[in-house]
Amino acid sequence: MTGVAAFLVGLAFALGLGLGGMTQPARVLGFLDVAGDWDPSLVLVMAGAIAVYGAAFPFVMRRRRPLLAATFQVPARRDVDGRLVVGALVFGVGWGLAGLCPGPALTALASGDPGVAIFVGAMLGGMAAHRLAEPRAAATAARAHRPEARTGRSRDA
Amino acid sequence: MERNLLGRVVVTVDVVEMGRALLGGAVIGASALALLAANGRIAGVSGIVDGLLARPRVERAWRAAFVAGLVVGGAIVRAVFDDPFRGLGTTPPALLAPAGLLVGFGASLGSGCTSGHGVCGVSRGSPRSIVATVVFMLAGAATVYLARHVLGGAR
Repeated sequence: MTGVAAFLVGLAFALGLGLGGMTQPARVLGFLDVAGDWDPSLVLVMAGAIAVYGAAFPFVMRRRRPLLAATFQVPARRDVDGRLVVGALVFGVGWGLAGLCPGPALTALASGDPGVAIFVGAMLGGMAAHRLAEPRAAATAARAHRPEARTGRSRDA
Repeated sequence: MERNLLGRVVVTVDVVEMGRALLGGAVIGASALALLAANGRIAGVSGIVDGLLARPRVERAWRAAFVAGLVVGGAIVRAVFDDPFRGLGTTPPALLAPAGLLVGFGASLGSGCTSGHGVCGVSRGSPRSIVATVVFMLAGAATVYLARHVLGGAR
């Protein structure tokens, strides 16, 4: 059942990305191009998403457990460390080069453009490289996703 | 930059485009909320995909189903929307592989991407996610600035 729910969520998520224009690298790069003809749409997409998610999040978390799973797994860490900052920096450079981030890239696989397939393949390679470089950090994140992990103990976002 | 007869800068705001962006965002937020309410998980795309690479295997089924949903949703996007992947194919192919590598490695090292940090984390007021979002937006803007206005490159 969690699989069916996740499939439908992925589907709706892709439709939201498409509606908001986030599957268009031209639009994303237009947002990042603050010195050019600036496109504000990414701010509006984030505002819409944060308004809905932020408003309803406390009410969902008031429930004892999710509808289909045993526990909620929401990251509890609040400390800002070097990994977080360097990771975000590296991620941002890649994002600025292609105008693609993971959600829109997977959604855009349906375009049939070979460039997207190259990007997604390289993205998986980058994730695998991180697991090789930091097996400990990666394993900690994976362990926190096991069902028996307590609410609020997951270590990644 | 567009200017009118008096020399003032004119910013053209397309209300329909703005409405679409807001509505698209709301759909994204509602989807992420549904994943939390049903499965109790954060809708961070990079975290979900990264988890597929974990050994030993952890919660593979729902992660794979989410990714499949994104791809099938992409097919619907392609069929329904006008020019839904505008700008795809304009990035030089030689840049796409390094860009993907950086996005994948950076998202895993930084524990999240635009969805996990930018939407879910910022909504919860997570200091980590707020810092990550500011950093990747600045890094992205600096990269585009260098590529377009300093190197004056391909785009």
